Amino acid sequence: MKVRKRLSACVQGLGVSVLALMSIVVSVLTVLSIAFIPLGLGVLTTPAMVGVLRKHANQRRLLAAKWSGVQIRMPYRPLPHDRRSGITGQVELCTFLLKDPATWRDLLWLQVDMTAGYVIALLAFAFPPYGVEGSVLAAGVWEPIVDAGGTYWYAFVPVTSQGTANLAALTGIGLIALGLFVSPLLLRTHFLLAGAFLAPTPQMTLAARVERLTETRTDAVDTSAAELRRIERDLHDGAQARLVAMGMSLGTIEALIEKDPAKAKELLAAARTNSAEALAELRDLVRGIHPPVLAERGLGDAVRALALRMTIPVETEVEVPGRFAEPVEAAAYFAISEILTNAAKHSGAARMWLDIHHEAGMLRIAVTDNGNGGASVAQGGGLSGIERRLGTFDGVLAVSSPPGGPTMVTMEIPCAPVAPRPTV
Amino acid sequence: MRVVVAEDLFLLRDGLVRMLEAYDFEIAAAVESGPELTRALAELKPDVAVVDVRLPPSFTDEGLQCALAARRERPGLPVLVLSQHVEQLYARELLADGSGGIGYLLKDRVFDADQFIDAVRRVSEGGTAMDPQVISQLLTRRSQDRPMGHLTPREREVMELMAQGRSNAAIAAQLVVTERAVAKHTSNIFGKLGLPQSDDDNRRVLAVLAYLDRGRAEPNGR
Repeated sequence: MKVRKRLSACVQGLGVSVLALMSIVVSVLTVLSIAFIPLGLGVLTTPAMVGVLRKHANQRRLLAAKWSGVQIRMPYRPLPHDRRSGITGQVELCTFLLKDPATWRDLLWLQVDMTAGYVIALLAFAFPPYGVEGSVLAAGVWEPIVDAGGTYWYAFVPVTSQGTANLAALTGIGLIALGLFVSPLLLRTHFLLAGAFLAPTPQMTLAARVERLTETRTDAVDTSAAELRRIERDLHDGAQARLVAMGMSLGTIEALIEKDPAKAKELLAAARTNSAEALAELRDLVRGIHPPVLAERGLGDAVRALALRMTIPVETEVEVPGRFAEPVEAAAYFAISEILTNAAKHSGAARMWLDIHHEAGMLRIAVTDNGNGGASVAQGGGLSGIERRLGTFDGVLAVSSPPGGPTMVTMEIPCAPVAPRPTV
Repeated sequence: MRVVVAEDLFLLRDGLVRMLEAYDFEIAAAVESGPELTRALAELKPDVAVVDVRLPPSFTDEGLQCALAARRERPGLPVLVLSQHVEQLYARELLADGSGGIGYLLKDRVFDADQFIDAVRRVSEGGTAMDPQVISQLLTRRSQDRPMGHLTPREREVMELMAQGRSNAAIAAQLVVTERAVAKHTSNIFGKLGLPQSDDDNRRVLAVLAYLDRGRAEPNGR
């Protein structure tokens, strides 16, 4: 098994060296395309060409992870969402791509890849075939070669007779053994070299982080402002209005209590109903701001209570070490609540499963239903809203929902358990 | 009858004390925090405790936990739990020991003094008082189940009131029918749901509640 793995490193070396040769084509075409920008034509071709370049580079990133376990992250800035259409959009896109330092680093990598990268990859491949050649020489092929051109040098062995050819065969076996040993190392070296150019520099990582933070902060501010607005409206139209009505009723009752006790009693009953309804509205509002069970018991029991309130059976499995920071708990709770509610409403599911656990500093949540599928994180949809809100906590969301179901929404939020608040 | 009241908001505590006194209850203690409640329940041995779920110092479900702990010490100690919100999760925990003498009501229910006092009395006598909201949630959820589908609308009504912990007499009064009619309905309900018949009012209520909760009972992590 191990030998086979090492042998496959040789074959992979050949594959990578072919890819490295393709770098020449990609490089030439990209440089040409950029050179044509002053003529106008380049504006149209460059975005496409940069796309090809990125695909080419991404393939190497993928292979690095798959074949040598070398992780190379993508440094590209996210493309702007609000691009205009037509020529203006094309110009914008072209400028954006050329302003991204990652594009230039990719181009630099092409030059390295087609030279040093190519040689290293080829070396990773070459040892075993070259070693085989030694045996081929010893099998008799040395004779015509020496007859035709005199001494033939195989590695450091001058082949002139069957004896030296045998020596060549022996050397070849040694080379094969050596190749099996160094091929994986050489392949890894190739990918590390690629990583030096393809991975984001610390500065690019930082810039990307700042950009992401700015974006999520804007989202967070927008969300909380909208939330406050909603609460204000609910209070204004709900409880507040009911209290005003109650106050008026009480005033009327005061006036009526002696003249028309029966009528006063009727109004009192109405006032009581009103106060009960105001309370019910406040209760719903409170649940929407911060569910009481969440405050009292934490995420685990809060989602259990939530599951009990759903009309569709929800199987809940929660394994978390105690409590998390309140904002994280609330964000996770509301995300789960929204996903469950949406699934119950739209998916046609008969059953749902909720799995929450915490490992390696991540709160992992999976919500599955056996409904019709077809859910997506489309722009402006419910799931994209949840994704944005989780973004504030560096959380991520992924959906798998093939037509016909089942649908599985997974979320990950980095967080650490906090000490429980003091009790008694 | 001696009552311990635990409620942290002065206005509500005062209101509860006044109301209970007006109905001839003796207030053994009116406390405002979890530790005080635990002490009062252990030392004063009241006939019934009226407890707010959320109490200081932690402002979590401290009242509920104190009540559950006290009932573990003294099984069947009558406790009426009040809350701003009702959760089936909590109802299930309260009912788990199956020994009765449990009430779980929304705070709003104190608006109707007669009904509230009736609930306190029922609980103190070892009966059950479940908030209508808990029961209606349970019923909605189980309504698709086959045995529940065989119930007539009237039987459903009776079941709902019974699950809240009302006696046959109280159900009869509310639905304006005779007690005998109610008894007939309840025996029909038990027959259709396949529950064992029993003369004991309270055991009957607990059986119905357990039935309603069973459909999707799942192990509770706590």
